[in-house]
Amino acid sequence: MSGLLEEMTRRALARNIPLSVQLDLTYRCNERCVHCYLDHDDHGEMTTAEIKHLLKEMADAGVFILTLSGGEIFLRKDFFELLEYARRELTFCVKLKTNAVMIREREAARIRDLGVQSIQISIYSHRPEVHDAITLVPGSLKRSLDAIRFLKSQGLRVVMANVLMTHNMHDYNGVRALAEEMGVESTLDPTITPMMDGDRSVLSLNVDQSVMHQVFRDKGLIGDVEEFCAVQAPPDENALENLPCSAGHTTCYVSPYGDVYPCVQFPYTTGNVRQQRFLDIWRDSEQMNEVRAIRLKHLTGCSSCVHGGSCSRCPGLAFMEGNMLGPSTQDCEKSFARTGVPSVNLQAKRSAAAGAMPSSLPHSNLIQIRPVTEMARASA
Amino acid sequence: MSRLFVARNPRVAARSLDGEMMIMSGRDSTLFTLNKTATILWQAADGATPLDQIVEQRICAEFEVEPAQAQQDAETLARELASHEILQISEQPIAPVASNVSGESR
Repeated sequence: MSGLLEEMTRRALARNIPLSVQLDLTYRCNERCVHCYLDHDDHGEMTTAEIKHLLKEMADAGVFILTLSGGEIFLRKDFFELLEYARRELTFCVKLKTNAVMIREREAARIRDLGVQSIQISIYSHRPEVHDAITLVPGSLKRSLDAIRFLKSQGLRVVMANVLMTHNMHDYNGVRALAEEMGVESTLDPTITPMMDGDRSVLSLNVDQSVMHQVFRDKGLIGDVEEFCAVQAPPDENALENLPCSAGHTTCYVSPYGDVYPCVQFPYTTGNVRQQRFLDIWRDSEQMNEVRAIRLKHLTGCSSCVHGGSCSRCPGLAFMEGNMLGPSTQDCEKSFARTGVPSVNLQAKRSAAAGAMPSSLPHSNLIQIRPVTEMARASA
Repeated sequence: MSRLFVARNPRVAARSLDGEMMIMSGRDSTLFTLNKTATILWQAADGATPLDQIVEQRICAEFEVEPAQAQQDAETLARELASHEILQISEQPIAPVASNVSGESR
């Protein structure tokens, strides 16, 4: 984040302004990605007029960065009408998330004309047989890559977004190389999230510790591996007052049905814009204020965990695991893969699995869990 | 002396935060904040009102400033904002970008 954007975010936080919102225009999609957290039926999407009304309310509330996502946004027949309204009339900084299979030269030119800030496109592999086996749409990789070329030729900023899973765990460097070759940025998300309806079966697609361990030691991805993998100091008194993340503080999410959540990964309904003004939900919702009140010191286990100050803990994943104040086990596993030191939560789980019932959450040196490197050495 | 016209570049993103205008460049996504004077100039830059008229009616009316100096400063500011592609400047009125807001859809 640039220094000025950080400063504006600080000001937005101080004045309770939702600086950045993700709006999913639809959950319908023309791909059927095996890891997707959505169902793709239309349960009553907001109309064009409803979305325009919402966009106006969001602009009036101070929203600056608007991410339009889905589902596949180009399946909305009114997509360009909404985009044009958001850009020309309301001057949002608009980012798009799409699979891009419906973007051809004409659409790319229109996106450029409307001054879209960036287009994030899902690319899961550089190999069609792997990417298309994830999207379940033959030819989808070629269509998406063609779209990237059209967008690049218009001078637009494109980001390839890859999600790491069992299907493509050997291909992340191939995607990165492809992105470099095409002159676009790339990101890698190592987390599969549960379905929005709570179904966790999709989590079986998460890669195991050994793959995560390898990813976190890839200099090309991580940069300074030693620094990245170092165990940080546990949170001090100041850090315990920190916010867990920006969800509900400077950002939130709106579903195609008007439900407002703190974040797309945090499906805790705080209100619905079909029944209330966006700003009233943002400012006054009991649920939004409940999320907003959480500090690191309130988190069960995490506040006393050695990773407490450096963990990527997602409060939404914790919520979907059953307790928004509890740990997110997927993030505990990432911290373990990164450092080789188990979190308080992982130790408690392993202790419980071994039959011990700790009277309180154990300290990290009470249970012997070998770092991943040692396990690999032992099994070699 | 020819008159100068200024228009907001339709490719930038803009929002007022805490009384300051946040502008993101459409060229390279650089973020700028405009001070109060620059914000007034930005908001008045409709492509049709000449800069000297904006200075007289909006800036001199708001601030205690000598008109000739205000005009010179505003012109410098407008050219600087134009160099970042935040404003468009021209010696002719600048037509607004045609909008399809209530029209075409896919």
